[in-house]
Amino acid sequence: MPESAYLELRDLRVSHGSVEALRGISLSVNQGEIVALLGANGAGKTTTLSTISGLLRPSAGAILFEGRPLHTLPSHEIVRRGITQAPEGRRIFALLSVRENLELGAFTRRDRAGAAATLDWIFELFPRLRERLNQLAGTLSGGEQQMLSIGRALMGAPKVLLLDEPSLGLAPILARAIFQSVREVNAAGVTVILVEQNARAALQLASRGYVLEVGRIALADSASALLRNPDVQIAYLGNGE
Amino acid sequence: MQEFLQQLTNGLAVGGIYALIALGYTMVYGVLKLINFAHGELFALGAYLGFTLLVTLGLSDFMGGVGVVFLLLIFAMGLVAIAGYFLERVAYRPLRQSNRLAAVVSALGASIFFQNAMMLVYGTKALVYPGGILPSVVVSVLGVEIPLIRILIFASSVLLMCLLFWFIHHTRTGAAVRAVSLDQGAARLMGINVNRIISLIFLIGPALGAAAGVMVGLLYGQIRYDMGVGYGLKAFTAAILGGIGNIPGAMAGGILLGVIEALGAAYISIAWKDAIAFFTLILILIFRPTGLLGERVADKV
Repeated sequence: MPESAYLELRDLRVSHGSVEALRGISLSVNQGEIVALLGANGAGKTTTLSTISGLLRPSAGAILFEGRPLHTLPSHEIVRRGITQAPEGRRIFALLSVRENLELGAFTRRDRAGAAATLDWIFELFPRLRERLNQLAGTLSGGEQQMLSIGRALMGAPKVLLLDEPSLGLAPILARAIFQSVREVNAAGVTVILVEQNARAALQLASRGYVLEVGRIALADSASALLRNPDVQIAYLGNGE
Repeated sequence: MQEFLQQLTNGLAVGGIYALIALGYTMVYGVLKLINFAHGELFALGAYLGFTLLVTLGLSDFMGGVGVVFLLLIFAMGLVAIAGYFLERVAYRPLRQSNRLAAVVSALGASIFFQNAMMLVYGTKALVYPGGILPSVVVSVLGVEIPLIRILIFASSVLLMCLLFWFIHHTRTGAAVRAVSLDQGAARLMGINVNRIISLIFLIGPALGAAAGVMVGLLYGQIRYDMGVGYGLKAFTAAILGGIGNIPGAMAGGILLGVIEALGAAYISIAWKDAIAFFTLILILIFRPTGLLGERVADKV
């Protein structure tokens, strides 16, 4: 029997009603790495992350985390096991304060001291959040909302952080800041799965990448090989010659 | 002026009752976007359970005063909370994934079920809360005569609302309730067990309704198996008036509606009491369709 990876998706199938969004996805993530998921809209990237987080149930296949099945657990147990997500569109609680949003990120934690330490770390990563602590989250700028969304996901002290389109709609300078913080989070030992429309930036951060096409894995390779791959360059890196 | 203050204080007690019932509607709507049509019946059940403790179990024979009111509230709130919990488990949870209409029909069915159950157990005739539970003291402030019972009712309803407000705004679980009402999916990503929060809402809302039921029994003496319909409709109006889904809105809407009704009954005509209440609703919805404190549309980026 092959040794199972840290987080592993085995022939995962997920349907939205009668539409099969994932048609048998297999991928693996090693502890401590950044893995990029690339692909066009509708390829199944967000569906993949939602299924890992337990918001969607697979119709077939399995998800294993640290050798144990994850796909049978309810979403709140998955957070407890150490997988949190900063979802597409940020989904911050607009009518709650920044502080309350961050506290909700630590909802499953019982160690107050640990949560306080995490909060300090998040303020180091995103000093802007400290300044805006008592503001309603809905009044933040887009970049600040993204920082809050990531910070909120980090408050759960995740082993694996799922990031869905963190740079979407951000000015390039803000996007770079977000990518830099993803690098720091990873350096602190958090494994990251990154879904990103900016394929170049994602592959520069990641050690490996998967390219999804209509619910299947079309390509799986190291990030550097994907950056050099002519098909990837034409389809996702925008330098078709 | 004195007459005005008199009517105002009369309206406050009733308004507190409306507000307590309205909170149940608004909290359930907040998390499930469902009108719990059986909520009025849970309120009536509270009134009946108060009667059971007072008369059938004979509490009024050997006790009087504020202590009885306290025991009545605890008893009715506890049991109706359990009824609310099972209502959600049986009538709403299995339909969570089906379309909205199915849940509405189920709510109407649950309402009829509770009403008929109370009719079977307690009969169709109005029952009477025994008098003399509270000494019939009248407090006189600035020439305004306020019966002790009204003061007690208003104070209890305000106290319950303060407790709820504190819970929602200053506890971790309260923050989770607000998160679930804003975005269930994101709440799940925080590790919040959404089903557990929904169960909690169905414990708290009906308990507050039950407290209102006991208060109506104490204030007016008479209770009937179908009393939930009228009060439910008024409280629902109050919830919309304040902005449905909004907790402070339900509190404000309930008290405002009670006061407007009392003033309307005094200065226009008592026969027009209900018409005035609903006319107020129409007026406010014309000028503020989201209700008085209705959610300012949050910018969804």
